Amino acid sequence: MITFSQVSKRYPGGHTALAEVSFTIATGEMVAITGPSGAGKSTLLKLIAGIERPTSGSVVVDGQNIGRLSRKAMPYWRRTLGLIFQDAKLLYDRNCFENVMLPLRICGMPVKEAARRARTALDKVGLAHRERAMPITLSGGEQQRLAIARAIVNRPSILLADEPTGNLDAEYAELLLDMLAAFSRAGVTLLIATHEPRLVEKLNPRVLALRDGRIQA
Amino acid sequence: MRTWLAHQRAALSLTLARLGDSPVATLLTVLVIGVALALPASLYLTLDNVGRLAVRLPAKPEITLFLSDSAKRGELAGLLGARRDLAGVRFVGRDEALAGLASRAGLKDVVATLGRNPLPDAFLLTPKSTDPQALEALRQELARLPGVARATLDSAWAERLAAWLALGRDFVLVLAGLLATALVAVSFNTIRLQVLAHREEIEVSRLLGATDGFVRRPFLYLGTLQGLLGALLALALLAVAVLFLNGRVEALAAAYGSDFRLEGLGWREAGALTALSAGLGWLGAWLAATLHLHRH
Repeated sequence: MITFSQVSKRYPGGHTALAEVSFTIATGEMVAITGPSGAGKSTLLKLIAGIERPTSGSVVVDGQNIGRLSRKAMPYWRRTLGLIFQDAKLLYDRNCFENVMLPLRICGMPVKEAARRARTALDKVGLAHRERAMPITLSGGEQQRLAIARAIVNRPSILLADEPTGNLDAEYAELLLDMLAAFSRAGVTLLIATHEPRLVEKLNPRVLALRDGRIQA
Repeated sequence: MRTWLAHQRAALSLTLARLGDSPVATLLTVLVIGVALALPASLYLTLDNVGRLAVRLPAKPEITLFLSDSAKRGELAGLLGARRDLAGVRFVGRDEALAGLASRAGLKDVVATLGRNPLPDAFLLTPKSTDPQALEALRQELARLPGVARATLDSAWAERLAAWLALGRDFVLVLAGLLATALVAVSFNTIRLQVLAHREEIEVSRLLGATDGFVRRPFLYLGTLQGLLGALLALALLAVAVLFLNGRVEALAAAYGSDFRLEGLGWREAGALTALSAGLGWLGAWLAATLHLHRH
């Protein structure tokens, strides 16, 4: 369960990204965070991932106050999440397989077990045949799928996706939505920041509409 | 434990890959470290060898009483033995002195040409004091004893040499301290560039839950390895220098009838140098990586 209580986030310089936002998301729920750019969608996801800390209020996930996590505890919290970024944030100096292996190496999983899991994840996103390819040789859609494979390889219970369909053409976007729907059916809590009406139409998630850092009724 | 080992192995292979990425930069860093270490180490070696050379000569202050032919040896021995300001009294007869001289380097031929023994009987005295003024006063007093022809004090040069060596050792320490700081700085700078070159990878790794330790580890290996290679280079430089100089030193020593030769660093000293260099490389890397992690 994810609980935001009166969460505000002001960036240095005075820009207010979120203003006294409160909501609760149940485990296994699928939520689309919508709104125009600059509405605070990315900030909301960053607060859950501990990339930003709230200026006031609290973000509590499964009893843990994320804004108060120590420097030492933060890495272990992030390992329970799957993060999909708008810019895939792939590492271009290593092949697809190694990109997907990274989260497992970070956890210190034995290489054999990790390799098996990485191949499963690549297979799930339809990139099994490209595991030795360098990410730069992949199309935009394939890169985004690779990012998804990396996000799900450690079997997260919460998946945070920031504009996952942002740079994709219609066909790839469709594929990606099918994937997200499958994760949701598997019981993963899903938070998707998007300004894509198609996503809401197709997946029929609960919608949190943000505007100027506030939730619209 | 297995996780830890897997982490170490992964970090090490990553380190080696990074070394291969920038061989020229690595080589230059290793060269700088090697030369920086070779400087104080060679000075240390020089002092060590001078010290060894000095040990072959009497380093403790000694007063020698040369006796006249008419001296009453037994009476004098009693007198000297009763004194409390002497730690040791040794009688050296003239025959013993000549034999000793003959066994000294290069003097055998000289002694052989002598028709008769020109040396007097003597007492070798070891005073308790090492204070130059007290020693000189003691020498003058002993010179006035009956039967003493001459009293000599041979301590001055040994003391001066000891003082110079002590000064030299302090100088090596200061120099080593300065160069150790420089070595940390060199390691810091190289690793900082490496960290910057990999900052995307670091950022992504941290987003995926990498601890500071995980991010830092390959850089620590890199810093340590550079220190290690630098130390090995320094040892090689020293070995070549000793080998090169020893030809001349041996020829020079042989001219003085001595078998003196330069000694390189011992295993323990070489090990200490290597460990120190690796440690300093590690420290520089740790500072660079930690600074980056806490800033971003």
